[in-house]
Amino acid sequence: MANINRRHFLALTGTALAGAVLGFPMVSFGAGKKVVIVGGGVGGSTCAKYLRLMDASIEVTLIEPKKTYFTCFMSNEVISGGRDIKTIQFGYEGLRKHGIKVIHDLAVNIDPVAKKVVTGGGKSLIYDACVVAPGIDFRWDAIEGYSPRVAETLPHAWQAGTQTALLRDQINAMRDGGTVIIAAPQNPFRCPPGPYERASQIAWYLKNHKPKSKILILDPKPKFSKMGLFTAGWERYFGYKSANSMIEWIGEKDGGEVTRVNAKQMYAFATSKYKGDVINVIPPQKAGKIAFIADLVDEDNGWCPVNHASFESSRHKDIYVIGDATIAAPMPKSGYAANSQAKVCAAAVVAKLNGESAPIPSYVNTCYSLITPNDGISVAMVYRLGAKGKIQKVKGAGGLTPKNASDAMRKREVTYAYSWFKNITHDTFY
Amino acid sequence: MNTKQLLVILIVILGIVVFSSALYGAPANNSAGTASARMLANTCAGCHGTRGSSVGPASPTIAGISYDYFIETMEAYQSGERPSTIMTRIAKGYNEKEIELMAGYFSKQSFVRLPQEHDGNAARRGKKLHKKYCDKCHEEGGRSAEDDAGILAGQWEPYLRFTLEDFTSGKRPMEKKKKIRINKLDKTHGKAGIDDLVHFYASQQ
Ligand SMILES: Cc1cc2nc3c(=O)[nH]c(=O)nc-3n(C[C@H](O)[C@H](O)[C@H](O)COP(=O)(O)OP(=O)(O)OC[C@H]3O[C@@H](n4cnc5c(N)ncnc54)[C@H](O)[C@@H]3O)c2cc1C
Repeated sequence: MANINRRHFLALTGTALAGAVLGFPMVSFGAGKKVVIVGGGVGGSTCAKYLRLMDASIEVTLIEPKKTYFTCFMSNEVISGGRDIKTIQFGYEGLRKHGIKVIHDLAVNIDPVAKKVVTGGGKSLIYDACVVAPGIDFRWDAIEGYSPRVAETLPHAWQAGTQTALLRDQINAMRDGGTVIIAAPQNPFRCPPGPYERASQIAWYLKNHKPKSKILILDPKPKFSKMGLFTAGWERYFGYKSANSMIEWIGEKDGGEVTRVNAKQMYAFATSKYKGDVINVIPPQKAGKIAFIADLVDEDNGWCPVNHASFESSRHKDIYVIGDATIAAPMPKSGYAANSQAKVCAAAVVAKLNGESAPIPSYVNTCYSLITPNDGISVAMVYRLGAKGKIQKVKGAGGLTPKNASDAMRKREVTYAYSWFKNITHDTFY
Repeated sequence: MNTKQLLVILIVILGIVVFSSALYGAPANNSAGTASARMLANTCAGCHGTRGSSVGPASPTIAGISYDYFIETMEAYQSGERPSTIMTRIAKGYNEKEIELMAGYFSKQSFVRLPQEHDGNAARRGKKLHKKYCDKCHEEGGRSAEDDAGILAGQWEPYLRFTLEDFTSGKRPMEKKKKIRINKLDKTHGKAGIDDLVHFYASQQ
């Protein structure tokens, strides 16, 4: 005690008092609070930022191989030529300003006992809590003839960036009168309305530039997200269901599941064989690879089971999984869901590191889709933790754009879709 | 200060700290209670911006909003009295207590204004119209949230247009005094007047 001089003492009591006044119990006096986040996409970046906003005494390290992240949202507008790819591009300077240490490297292993993350660059990072947000990986073996190399000819464009530009350029180079095939994936997958928004956007481009062309959606599913709104839009703009419809959808009952592709001859094989000038293969999906390496995945379905109150893995303590990689149904695998889960997770991690139990969560999602540059639709939902500890939709809330919404309201949805894009990317990366 | 006094002070402080831990470490881990104001408010940020200040181009900033006006608005969305694209669906996701908590949170945040394109001449004309028709309730050039007025100064332009459109078209109900003023503005100055007003608010920093 005698060694504590007056200045030190005042500093110490000052901190303790501030803590007491703000209501942050200082149980872990001096103990390190280290969080390592794997994956700097929507989920990981939001979580990093909000951890720092909620408790600036936490040391946050984010591991992400790419220096530039391309959002998948609004990437369909890049593909249809309506948007510059630069506008969906984000760096990590904003996160660094929050005091987050960003390391551009790949996590190659997580040791849940020693509590450390190992990177491809040879770093070993000790954590008190680890948040894993690696997004999706593809089930490459589900479609015969498809592989990462073939994806350079038949793009998936389901992870944005070079793949997005490739599909855009192929459609741009296609002759008038050509066929664009979109092979949609089985559930559950990233962005349920995404393939159908993509079809709408490409159709809009074709209608204006190559009106003799066609889009063929091959789908293993009997129905899809916002189906009524999409098909009504397609009828209105693209002659859907008529003899010369620009868009044709072949679902489960017509044998729409693509099981094989031939990239040389440009065929997609479902129950029948279809020739395409451009073939966009969106393969079925599973959690990102690191989730498998770190034993966070339920082998039966390929996704990560978590405690819905905190997003802590059901398989390993002190490891949390958020975003597309998780099993969080009824929340969809969407950017807004990943952003919302990241905040719930951040609050739970902060509580844990401060010796408290996870706070009561609240979650949200909204997904906008643009059918044309002037016609937007959306699906929204608010969620809470149900009695059985599972995420539940709030009864009576959310839902789709009403069928009878006026053109003016649908146009407003476009403006709000752009606002969502600006605000969520700002909320995530700055 | 001697060592003994120091010790006494330390013990008192530790007492406070432990007590506050006990308070805040309390229940949770169940689904029955209500989420904290911040937890609830975090769900809004995807569209309305971090802490409720929107970076545009259309979704409104809700930081600094009056407590009562927030509640009133959410209730009007829930009942459908106020038209909207998605807020009528979202508002139904929160109960009375939750809405009160969010109102408390957002009313305490500060409205961060960002520059918006505007026509300087129109803004000057709009300023006069504001003084004549709006300033009585939307005080300080539309900056004030006093008397449960919506903050207009620096609000996003498309949102202001949508809102004024809804008022003048009769889609959104107004209380009597407001109705008289807005109708008079509309009748005397028409679309150009509304345009000038919007430029004035957009010009505010
Ligand atoms: C065409 C399309 C349109 C979409 N539109 C919308 C929309 O309108 N609204 C919406 O809400 N959502 C939309 N989405 C969905 C949205 O993009 C995803 O749900 C969201 O990106 C999920 O976030 P995440 O953090 O889980 O994954 P991601 O954002 O993919 O981030 C994962 C990150 O982890 C990194 N990573 C992976 N493995 C490692 C490792 N081992 N070490 C370090 N880093 C690693 C990756 O490099 C990546 O940056 C769309 C998706 C597509 C494909």
